Amino acid sequence: MILRGKVHKFGDNVNTDEIIPARYLNVSEPEELAKHCMEDADPDFAGKVKEGDIIVAGENFGCGSSREHAPVSIKAAGVSCVIAKSFARIFYRNAINIGLPIFTAMEAAEVLKPDDRAEVDVGSGQISKAKRKKTYSAEVFPKFIKEIIRSGGLMAYAKKK
Amino acid sequence: MGYTISEKILLAHAPGIKKIKPGDFIEAKVDLCLGNDITSPIAIKEFRKLGRKKVFNQKRVVLVPDHFLPAKDMKSANQANILKEFAGEFGIVNYFELGKMGVEHVLLPERGLIMPGDLMIGADSHTCTHGALGAFATGVGSTDLAYAMAFGECWLKVPETIQLRFTGKLKKWVGGKDLVLHAISDLGVSGALYKTIEFTGETIEALPMDDRFSMCNMAIEAGAKNGIIVPDKTTEKYVKAAIRKYKPVRKTYRLFRGDKDAVYSDIREYNVSGLEPVVAAPHLPSNGKPVSEFQDVKVDQVVIGSCTNGRISDFAQAAAVLKNKKVNPRTRLIVIPATQAVYLEAVREGYAEIFVRAGGVFCTPTCGPCLGGHMGILSEGETAVSTTNRNFVGRMGHPKSYVYLSNPAVAAASAVKGVIAHPADI
Repeated sequence: MILRGKVHKFGDNVNTDEIIPARYLNVSEPEELAKHCMEDADPDFAGKVKEGDIIVAGENFGCGSSREHAPVSIKAAGVSCVIAKSFARIFYRNAINIGLPIFTAMEAAEVLKPDDRAEVDVGSGQISKAKRKKTYSAEVFPKFIKEIIRSGGLMAYAKKK
Repeated sequence: MGYTISEKILLAHAPGIKKIKPGDFIEAKVDLCLGNDITSPIAIKEFRKLGRKKVFNQKRVVLVPDHFLPAKDMKSANQANILKEFAGEFGIVNYFELGKMGVEHVLLPERGLIMPGDLMIGADSHTCTHGALGAFATGVGSTDLAYAMAFGECWLKVPETIQLRFTGKLKKWVGGKDLVLHAISDLGVSGALYKTIEFTGETIEALPMDDRFSMCNMAIEAGAKNGIIVPDKTTEKYVKAAIRKYKPVRKTYRLFRGDKDAVYSDIREYNVSGLEPVVAAPHLPSNGKPVSEFQDVKVDQVVIGSCTNGRISDFAQAAAVLKNKKVNPRTRLIVIPATQAVYLEAVREGYAEIFVRAGGVFCTPTCGPCLGGHMGILSEGETAVSTTNRNFVGRMGHPKSYVYLSNPAVAAASAVKGVIAHPADI
């Protein structure tokens, strides 16, 4: 599967309070959370994000609270995947568990600029700018994580078990 | 090659596995799983999708609606109600209704629900607090909680361990909070990403449990998977007292310690005999500097409480500073004991009266303002000194508000002075 979308770029240590502020955590419906996605990092994000768009960020994306509402809001906002230099661990496992594709890719996170069109080959983890030949590799997922991803998330994995 | 305490606990909870090493994935048996009023509704929804009639063990699922209760609005009341109904339907023994409810990471150890040697997961990032008892406790998400409620298991990657060794005798007004802020300012907010932080050394051995909880609580602020302290006499005394008082279902525990030849990915040493109280400036917990370096920072609000510093010894320190003093007219003081037991003790010891006479408010247990939930939200441009654990952008209210993290004595002193202050200057 190839994901294609416009790049929205963020810096280092984007925390879950910025991704979905606690003032909106009195609900858990994905479509409600999507309305406030990334609000305290970029108040205009929810208004401008389009289906398939890609979030590109620096180190330690999703640090802070364990709130699964953070990846849920990103997924429900239509974001097709998140590329970062590194992910905070609870965000990482939450994204894997709910089936939001994420890619740890140092070089791609550096090279991709705001409003670039990016392409991501989910299977191979190859990332490129649209219409460019040069590709950047994302870190390969360990076998165990691949199995959860292939199942479509942890609950789907559980049902298979 | 020997094992660290964290590796030993994980190995003991990984059936059929004889050896582990950092980087391995295991499906571990959990002794306890925990959710709150923010994270449980999603977990319950996911759990119900599995169509199971039972949770894996009714005594080992703990639900604590501590974040927005007493309900701050109708939506949060609805969320909390999802927990209550689920607890009734599935016979969850450890559901804590308002009146019994307290901040989860203070409540569980207090009641003897988490024991040394346990493997615990919690759908709350500060679950790492419980490592202070010599347990492996880590924060996860709602879907993980749903999975654990169903199967009593959780997938985990075995983390590498960073050992932080503290030596030296602490000065007056310096405690666990200062030690951990000092360490985080050295490690950075992602310095321990995916790793265990093991706190050790003579300074830690001399620390009371309350301070140890404060330290393990903030391991996540360096990105860590868990914080842990090898259990000793102080730990056992605390655990035995909790068992005597609350008679929990499980009264046994296992004391693990690392092997002499255990492997650490990094060992750092801190001599802390000269350490001053540490204050972390906005907007990262790693921005810690000695309190004396903060001059003329005007303070609109002081919060004393939370899973970091909402225990009785925290209030004893704050009360020692606030006795016969008045809160500065430009500053609000909000004091929130973490549990009903802490609340009662603070009343009995006279601390509650000291806070109220000083011009502060003494509130019902809740996470409340720590995460910008309720009971003390900051407006645009306001500054708070808080004994909580995070000072991210917008954490306590408006995205253009400012949170400085400190220990309870510094927070109390800042309330009196109206600017960030050293308790010795009061």
